[in-house]
Amino acid sequence: MSPDFSTSHFALFGQPVSFDIDEAALDQTYRDIQREVHPDRFANAPGAEKRIAAQWALQVNEAYQTLKSPLARGRYLLKQHGIDTEEETNTAMPVAFLMQQMDWREAVVAARAARDELALEQLAKDKRAEERALFELLSAQLSNRATIRDARETVRKLRFLQKLGEEIDLASEAIES
Amino acid sequence: MALLQIAEPGESTAPHEHRLAVGIDLGTTNSLVATVKSGASEVLLNQDGAKLTPSVVRYFSDGSVTVGSRPKAEQADDPANIIVSVKRFMGRGMADVARYGALPYKFVEAPGMVQIETVAGLKSPVDVSADILRTLRIQAEAALAGPLVGAVITVPAYFDDAQRQATKDAARLAGLNVLRLLNEPTAAAIAYGLDNASEGTFAVFDLGGGTFDISILKLTRGVFEVLSTNGDSALGGDDFDQAIAAHWRKMHGLASANHKDLRRMLMAARAAKEDLTTVEEASAEIQLSYGQTLNVKLSRGEFHNMTAHLVERTLSPVKKALRDAKLSAGDITGVVMVGGATRMLHVQAAVHRFFGKPLLNNVDPDKVVALGAAIQANLLAGNKSVDDMLLLDVIPLSLGIETMGGLVEKLVPRNSTIPVARAQEFTTFKDGQTAMTMHVVQGERELVKDCRSLAQFTLRGIPAMVAGAARIRVTFQVDADGLLSVVAQELTSGVVAQVDVKPSYGLTDAEIATMLQASFTYAKDDAAARVLAEARTDAQRLIEAVRAAMAADADLLSAADRALILQEIERLYHCQLGADATTIKASIEKLSTATETFAAKRMDKSVAKALTGKSLNEIAKIDPQLVKTEQ
Repeated sequence: MSPDFSTSHFALFGQPVSFDIDEAALDQTYRDIQREVHPDRFANAPGAEKRIAAQWALQVNEAYQTLKSPLARGRYLLKQHGIDTEEETNTAMPVAFLMQQMDWREAVVAARAARDELALEQLAKDKRAEERALFELLSAQLSNRATIRDARETVRKLRFLQKLGEEIDLASEAIES
Repeated sequence: MALLQIAEPGESTAPHEHRLAVGIDLGTTNSLVATVKSGASEVLLNQDGAKLTPSVVRYFSDGSVTVGSRPKAEQADDPANIIVSVKRFMGRGMADVARYGALPYKFVEAPGMVQIETVAGLKSPVDVSADILRTLRIQAEAALAGPLVGAVITVPAYFDDAQRQATKDAARLAGLNVLRLLNEPTAAAIAYGLDNASEGTFAVFDLGGGTFDISILKLTRGVFEVLSTNGDSALGGDDFDQAIAAHWRKMHGLASANHKDLRRMLMAARAAKEDLTTVEEASAEIQLSYGQTLNVKLSRGEFHNMTAHLVERTLSPVKKALRDAKLSAGDITGVVMVGGATRMLHVQAAVHRFFGKPLLNNVDPDKVVALGAAIQANLLAGNKSVDDMLLLDVIPLSLGIETMGGLVEKLVPRNSTIPVARAQEFTTFKDGQTAMTMHVVQGERELVKDCRSLAQFTLRGIPAMVAGAARIRVTFQVDADGLLSVVAQELTSGVVAQVDVKPSYGLTDAEIATMLQASFTYAKDDAAARVLAEARTDAQRLIEAVRAAMAADADLLSAADRALILQEIERLYHCQLGADATTIKASIEKLSTATETFAAKRMDKSVAKALTGKSLNEIAKIDPQLVKTEQ
């Protein structure tokens, strides 16, 4: 018999189904549940308990990671509403947004070539500011039935920014080594 | 039918029930065993009365083996058959080994990992490590006067799956029950965390003999959360010795030295490096072959200058680990220093400069890993309440699968908290394709050729369909030891094909059993008696655990389940009085299966309890000071 994991990630952590979550409470509940289910508690337990504990720990880690990251959380909320974010299939983005992305990518490549750490730091700052604005928008869109479908595009935009962040990190690593 | 005492699982057991468990730091240069005695973690002495056992093994033509300080002292006499720093070869191929420069061994290519040709035959790094671990086990069992219930073995955080698998195989070959593979920096933090009751975010800077690890850990009321880890698996104290020896060779025009001379120069270099932490200038007299004597000296300034680039190399992984943890150097509360190489003054200065925080180095950096591992072993063996401490560890390197064009699709990103499982669907490339080859890799680079290959396997029996119609779900699962298993399933048309893989470096359970049997025969150990004793202990422990669970959660049991479980307990109890290990094991499995539903209900109840607030008992344990601030 497998444990029942059909409840939503929010229910698992005793949080209301909302984009705006209490991060401190999420962290604390995560640790509380792990204290109960982590395989280390069952190192000497019968095989059945070990297997169930491992399944629980996997599920709790997955749920925690999903709720902890705002992007994954937004995506998950949309999925709960039966809305696909179409991140792999929908490439139609506003032209202005795409232009901005291209400018940023070029700036990363240029900073990497020039080994300009300060420029990379500035880019990371700009990216974070844009992200913050988009997360605020996402929160508003997700809390209103009329705008919830608009959240799909915001998630896709955040995905672009996430990739930009990865490129900035790679460039920083390349400069350091 | 009070067969055994009933104790809540996790509660501390009575003194006479203390289960013997050890922490083993299987180091590149030295290995240590520690255990918790009367609440304090301490390093056990080996047969020579020393705490450190050199990780050196000598093989003789009659098949006998020596381990420790004796073969270490004999190194120069028989370099080809005296294996030092074998940890560097664990899970490594020819190309990796070649990077270590001139070594006095005859390496032989073998599937997965190199082997070494010795007078006693071919030895894999797993065999050599098992010989070290077996010696440590025998010494520990002698010191503690009883068989070990299990051991926690430490590995560098940056060890990949192949290296972890090899370490676990070696421990099992040595007759050890591995309670957990534990990352070395985490072990060090455990030793500090419990001694100093620290809270905050700590960096663990671990420069050992052959590897460098950096980990960022968050400590919150007994929970150790690893936020990120990074490192360099080919950087350690040995490189500083090499730099000194190279400098001396250049100074004295000894471009090419034979292995014996090289070994002597390295030993002198190491001594000089150690001296320079306390004196401004070190000198040595090295006896070379053909009666030549070399008088060498080295000042602290020279040493620091010639190795500054090595110290600098540690900082790049440090920056990466901080970035992964989304932190900056200023966010770190303190830095735990681990590994003998952190005694070097310029290493300490560089770390202090970078973090601007006090260095935690009041526990001996050579022993801190073993001491922490012993604390974790004591906990896992059931001698201490798990409520006191919980360790949430991460996987150090990303896991992925090869896709079209030699690209890697990452399924599990590095620094994911373990245990973790991730699934992704793939599809066929050609019409009518009925088989698909999966290539599992580990690493951070985008191209397969830049990552480490872990396993390759073929999924067959896919129903013939047009290209792109088949749905193959590949699931990666990483357990709490950081070990990977991969499952591939074809999901369409109801046909499900499934393949479990073990990394290509790993040994199968059957191979381990055979090798274990062979090694026992050689060691004149009574394998059968040991297997029976272990089965009996397992049976008794299971009965004890199940009865405790039944007493604690009687309300969760239906009358039918209760009757069935009692019947299986009865059966197992009588069975373990007999002398047939196989039947005992079968009986254990039957009782275990009978308790599945009950166990699941108990787990649901624990989680519900964790969610809905604390039981009276737990509230009583909370520090009144904390309760006050929370109100």
